[in-house]
Amino acid sequence: MTRSTIDPETPVDPAPVPPSASVEIIVTPHDRRIARLAAAAVGLSIIDAAIPMPLPGIKPGLANIITLLALAHYGWGVAAWVSLLRVFAAALVLGQFLAPGFFLSLAGTVASLMVLGIVYHLPRRWFGLVSWSLCASFAHIAGQILLARLWLVPHDGIFRLLPIFALAALLFGILNGLVAASIHAGMKDKPASPQASGGL
Amino acid sequence: MTRWLAFFRPGDILLILFAFFCVAASFPLFWRSGAGERAVIRVDGEIFREVSLDRATTVVVQGALGETIIEIEKGRARVASDPGLRQYCVRQGWLKSAGAIAICAPNRVSLSIVGRREVYDSLNY
Repeated sequence: MTRSTIDPETPVDPAPVPPSASVEIIVTPHDRRIARLAAAAVGLSIIDAAIPMPLPGIKPGLANIITLLALAHYGWGVAAWVSLLRVFAAALVLGQFLAPGFFLSLAGTVASLMVLGIVYHLPRRWFGLVSWSLCASFAHIAGQILLARLWLVPHDGIFRLLPIFALAALLFGILNGLVAASIHAGMKDKPASPQASGGL
Repeated sequence: MTRWLAFFRPGDILLILFAFFCVAASFPLFWRSGAGERAVIRVDGEIFREVSLDRATTVVVQGALGETIIEIEKGRARVASDPGLRQYCVRQGWLKSAGAIAICAPNRVSLSIVGRREVYDSLNY
């Protein structure tokens, strides 16, 4: 039996497969869910890239709406898969793969996933998706600017951009959080079904 | 509008206010670093004196041609008079930000402002 090679949770079966045998990839509903969410996130990333912004490095980060929804519905593991897949796939689609922007995006995403792993455990009654989004967007610029300071612009002058980035993080963090919260509230009525093609 | 307000939890509001204050505080914090703290006066490239910009004083420097008079006030400094022909350094006026420099080349005197941290110098780099 060969397991799915794109299933993140289960390791690939090490049993040797004869080279001539056709390899059957079993795609679990879990895989489909991640793929579907990641595809939506890539789409939003492309829209993101098409929106003109006054400063390089500032983006609305619409794809993070998907990350937030994945976190709220399926937990941190799915959210991490979706947002990391999105970073790689969107970079490939946009021709940014392995360019500086890709590494900045990766650093920001890893930082915000780590912060989301913490704020995820805050009491939901008090802290909603807006809080998550805000923390994630600040972590994103922190990760980005730290990598930029260490690698791209090894000078403290880059921290002069920090207030502008922080302002953008504040605005877009609240906006994305609100959109995610509104979608989340709309979906809470119907139970999330992994088979439903229209849902998450 | 009220529909959107329903998505805010109490903690969200507190967090937004906290973030807003952090962002507001970050503007003076990260943009002030350009202010000068000391004036460095050089003659023939050697440091002649370093004067704090805390209080007003006047420094008289003996250069190759004669006396250059440097005036220090709170937070700023200028070359008040110089024996040089073209008076470029005098006409530069008050220097305030870190990294600013007035050079009286004929008299071989320079006045530069330094801040708390060294500023990236794109000319020398």
